[in-house]
Amino acid sequence: MPTANQRTTVPVLVDEEKCIADKGCTVCIDVCPLDVLWINPDTGKAHMKYDECWYCMPCEADCPTGAVTVDIPYLLR
Amino acid sequence: MNVNDIPVIDTDVLVIGGGTAGPMAAVTAKEQNPELRVILLEKANVKRSGAISMGMDGLNNAIVPGHATPEQYVKEITIANDGIVHQPALMAYAQRSFSMIEKLDSWGVHFQKDETGDYDMKKVHHLGTYVLPMPEGHNVKKILYRRLRRNRVEIENRFQATRLLKDPDGNIAGMIGVNTRTAEPIIIRAKSVIMATGAAGRIGLPTSGYLFGTYENPSNNGDGHAMAYHVGADLVNLECFQINPLLKDYNGPACAYVTGPLGGFTSNAYGERFIECDYWSGQMMLEFFKELEGGNGPVFLKLDHLAEETIQEIETVLHTNERPSRGRFHDGRHTDYRSRMVEMHISEIGFCSGHSASGVWVDETGATTVPGLYGAGDMASVAHSYMLGAFVYGQICGESAAVFAAKRGEPQLDEAYITEELKRIRAPLLREDGIPPAQMEYKVRRLVNDYLQPPKVTRKMEIGLERILAVREDVPNLCAADPHELLRAMEVQSIIDCAEMAARASLYRTESRWGLYHYRVDHPEQNDQDWFCHSRLYKDENGNMASGTRPVAPYIVDLGEEKDAYQKLRVEKTASA
Repeated sequence: MPTANQRTTVPVLVDEEKCIADKGCTVCIDVCPLDVLWINPDTGKAHMKYDECWYCMPCEADCPTGAVTVDIPYLLR
Repeated sequence: MNVNDIPVIDTDVLVIGGGTAGPMAAVTAKEQNPELRVILLEKANVKRSGAISMGMDGLNNAIVPGHATPEQYVKEITIANDGIVHQPALMAYAQRSFSMIEKLDSWGVHFQKDETGDYDMKKVHHLGTYVLPMPEGHNVKKILYRRLRRNRVEIENRFQATRLLKDPDGNIAGMIGVNTRTAEPIIIRAKSVIMATGAAGRIGLPTSGYLFGTYENPSNNGDGHAMAYHVGADLVNLECFQINPLLKDYNGPACAYVTGPLGGFTSNAYGERFIECDYWSGQMMLEFFKELEGGNGPVFLKLDHLAEETIQEIETVLHTNERPSRGRFHDGRHTDYRSRMVEMHISEIGFCSGHSASGVWVDETGATTVPGLYGAGDMASVAHSYMLGAFVYGQICGESAAVFAAKRGEPQLDEAYITEELKRIRAPLLREDGIPPAQMEYKVRRLVNDYLQPPKVTRKMEIGLERILAVREDVPNLCAADPHELLRAMEVQSIIDCAEMAARASLYRTESRWGLYHYRVDHPEQNDQDWFCHSRLYKDENGNMASGTRPVAPYIVDLGEEKDAYQKLRVEKTASA
């Protein structure tokens, strides 16, 4: 059963200027109930790896540098 | 001890699920007996997991002396559930409700008080007064986390339980599961187990089509319901679906509990009130559904008649607490409560005792039908529990499980069963190509919407069951590219189990009951002669999904003259427009 890669916009945006994941911070990654935020190995910063968001906002509320913004997913907007 | 080269972790009490009931259960077991080893296992992270990850804006079932009595509460919830409740379990909750509020208050959870320092109770239910606002309720999870640390509960985050284990005598023996980030398996041997795995909220598909835009936290996908079924525990009244009134396209409740006491209400397209009472019951939802589908529809939340300062108060509560992205949703659509009514709709279906009455059967001690296994919160069968019920039954289960564990030796593990389960867990990762979990999940949840969403029709549900079973045939082709996809692959198998349970339970009860929750078009009447009973769903001795009945325990509170009150929820004078 061959598979395809389908692109999708994601609701959680991380400002890489402000994100300090490369300094060892994992707050947003830790608090996500759906475990969709991971470190991007290319940049060392947090990013949304899986489009599985409840837009519940702990990632944004708990980020120590205000780097995370949660948008409403496009399908609901 | 090792099984298949995996070290076995030993504990006295294991709690599965670290949302609301789980932390309370774990803390209580430790308080009860500090010598016990207590492990709290959580699929996400206890700091922000479960239904109240961002907090809660009120108690919906507070029984505060001077405002209500336990007897009044038991009576109202019995009436709201068309009589099918286990009153001793409701009474056990009602009698502990106030002491739990005081306990939470002493822990630092803030409840609204009036100018004299009394709890500021509001009337939302049809008969009694049980709603207590908590406008600063955003810190509940932080307070629970502090208590877990203080009581030295051991926390295991990012582990998904996949199956429960039994010993040869049929007592609970522990669980097997998997790390959601590394796919490493975990085996825990436990003398008693408390399940607090939340609702099964990912069975149906939200109308937006976004898989994770569910009313419930999507990590509450029904793993607990599936595990309880497979270990042989009874589930009851699963045909009594959870269906909630929500904003159209947004998963936040319209919040009659918040807006009602301030003058907001549910209206039809003409701005007219059509239900007497906004409390979430099946009967209310049936009137909601009729208005939604009728000529006066759709349905709206009406706030545009309220004063500016009232609207500001509503916005502060609704946009900062339980669902803080709500303000952002309204901004995106340029919706302002001041200038127009907000369109509402109904949620996808689910199993959730917090709002309805279905789940894993528990009695007034929190015990399931498997000795040593307890259940609390949205997954257990105590009707209309809400957050406070999760706390109270967490406490009850913590006490019961501590006692059970203390009088028991080391459970014997079934190594052959563990070996089989390890194979099931590893299988999706071993396949190089196949069906990705998201695709299978979309398909089964779309079938649930098409065939099981009320109004229920027998022939449609039969076809739905057939199609759901066909998806089950595809499970051997389920494929996961990484540990995260494995988490979803294990979840979709629980979702398929729950979808099958929803179909079979709905087909079994050949009457209509609980308003919209079990509205069968071809059996439209409530039939107390044949169906004044709980329906059971269980795994029979041949491993098949079976149904049966459980009698309703004799009432301890008489219903009196108000027994039909919830059958009269429609406003008498309807729209003439």
